[in-house]
Amino acid sequence: MTAVENPSDFRRMVQEIAGQYPDPRSAVLPALRLAQERDGYLTREGFCDVADALDLTPAYCEGVASFYDMFHLEPVGGQLVEVCTNVSCALVGAQQVLEAFESELGVRAGGTTDDGAVTLRAIECAGGCGWGTVVAVNHRYREPVRPEDVPAIVDEVRGAG
Amino acid sequence: MRCAVPVREIVLDGAADHDLTQIGAYREVGGYASLDKARGMEPDAVLEEILAANIRGRGGAGFPMGKKASFLAKDTGKPVYLVVNADESEPGTFKDREIMHRVPHRLLEGCLITAHAIESQNVFIYIRGEYLAEFEVLRAALDQVREAALLGGVTVVLHRGAGAYICGEETALLESLEGKRGQPRSKPPFPAVQGLYASPSLINNVETITTVPKIIELGGAEYAKLGLPNSTGTRVFSLSGNVVRGGNYELPLGTSLRELIYDIGGGIPDGRELKAIIPGGSSVPVLTAEHVDALLDFDSMAALKTFLGSGAVIVIDDRCCMVQLGLRVAQFYMHESCGKCTPCREGTRWLVQILEKIEDGRAERSELDLLLSVCAEMLGTALCPLADAAAMPVASYVEQFRDDFRRHIDEGECPFPDSPLDHVLAPVDQHRGEHVHA
Ligand SMILES: Cc1cc2nc3c(=O)[nH]c(=O)nc-3n(C[C@H](O)[C@H](O)[C@H](O)COP(=O)(O)O)c2cc1C
Ligand code: SF4
Ligand code: FES
Repeated sequence: MTAVENPSDFRRMVQEIAGQYPDPRSAVLPALRLAQERDGYLTREGFCDVADALDLTPAYCEGVASFYDMFHLEPVGGQLVEVCTNVSCALVGAQQVLEAFESELGVRAGGTTDDGAVTLRAIECAGGCGWGTVVAVNHRYREPVRPEDVPAIVDEVRGAG
Repeated sequence: MRCAVPVREIVLDGAADHDLTQIGAYREVGGYASLDKARGMEPDAVLEEILAANIRGRGGAGFPMGKKASFLAKDTGKPVYLVVNADESEPGTFKDREIMHRVPHRLLEGCLITAHAIESQNVFIYIRGEYLAEFEVLRAALDQVREAALLGGVTVVLHRGAGAYICGEETALLESLEGKRGQPRSKPPFPAVQGLYASPSLINNVETITTVPKIIELGGAEYAKLGLPNSTGTRVFSLSGNVVRGGNYELPLGTSLRELIYDIGGGIPDGRELKAIIPGGSSVPVLTAEHVDALLDFDSMAALKTFLGSGAVIVIDDRCCMVQLGLRVAQFYMHESCGKCTPCREGTRWLVQILEKIEDGRAERSELDLLLSVCAEMLGTALCPLADAAAMPVASYVEQFRDDFRRHIDEGECPFPDSPLDHVLAPVDQHRGEHVHA
């Protein structure tokens, strides 16, 4: 993803984004996303950098971040595997797909593999319901995924990690 | 041979035969001609066409677009904003994603025409954070529009969300776009008067805005001949669940559920029977197999006490346990409740707890009444429609499939051993250490 070398680069990038909006505070979500891409998850330092760039407080930024599912407040694996278990996917077997990932990866949904490489989680409707079960690997959609497709996806994810 | 008025495809027209993500190909099928035409007209004249088209919003509430635009406060001295709701996350719905992916230029053309109609210089497209590929397609299309010098002084900002269903609600979306937690505002004031940064704002769904270029091309009156008089035009229906060919299908409003599910979708797989249909996304009351000849339009759905909602048709076969369905739906709304008001924050939690108890065969008959009374308490008492969106479907499952619920209570266990929703893990449960319902 975007490499942000040092604090002043980060500040410049955030302020560039902020310039698109009538009020710079609108750049909080994009700025948090940048910080997360830089650090892997949202750290204290990340909140401080976002706050500094936008004249906000770290606590404000943390409060905003905690509202949204895509922000990680704790370390996660470099590879994120998400399985939709909402109604349409569940009707066509999402639970079996999730369980296949749990056993192939050796981790329960919501957790990260022992080597810290892969995080697995169940998510709400991903917006591919007619092509269920929908699986997203680092936010790239795979659809439809059946339990028998899972080993190959895990090999690929393991190879990338 | 081409008909003068396309019978079906408006929003996705041409996308089957051309790569309309490229501006050249889009122009070859007549793209951006409507923008030229509209810019040659007075803004009010463009708005008149949209009013004449009588197009109702495709995001869920079905409010007429032209009427909403005409409510915009005039001469406030503040800028007017156009905000496109691309936060699609109503379970069952995946049409805006396909629209952005396949006809990004038609969406952008719709934005520029609408901006002209409401005399706005600033467009914000709030796109669901998970839609990374669609964001990239849209960003590339926007670059092409900029290079082709078609923006005409209008700025278009693509703003990515970060994962929160509630941000699809228009005032929560505005809060989120202002860099805050996405909690809904109380209305009034309505966004048309005080929206983004307290300025007059028009908020419309992706599909609604993507229809605008064709309305200008055909003329509003001509467009209004498609579909039915009170449900004009086409909709991109999202078909999913236990159906052979799930997918998005653009059809005139007034198409029957039977045509969509059987003729187009290929029916129910593996020789199973139809049990239930959710006609407009997970927020709307359910229909039974008996209703399969109902028409997909605003009035027909209202007559059956349900809604066309987001146009997402979820097909459910006879293996499914309706208690589990209720539980899974309630878990979703509990996860997504922003927590601002009590009936929703507490109510969604109650629904989950009671439904878990019923599903596990631990409930008494009186708890079915309790479930319905919690639903009743939630209806109309909360700040935004999310509480209703949780209560209405759950109440409808009990009302339409009472026997499913009774049997759990009387038999002391779930009588549907083959239900695909059995013990499905909801995100709301996965961080509780032990998965509660597993
Ligand atoms: C909980 C909730 C979620 C919503 N989610 C969406 C959504 O994802 N996309 C959308 O266009 N409208 C959504 N809406 C409806 C919007 O509030 C608003 O009515 C709509 O964007 C207006 O556009 P339209 O008139 O073109 O339909 C949601 C409403 C509620 C109450
Ligand atoms: S109804 Fe629910 S989602 Fe809507 S404002 Fe109240 S708590 Fe938030
Ligand atoms: S229910 Fe799985 S993508 Fe919508």
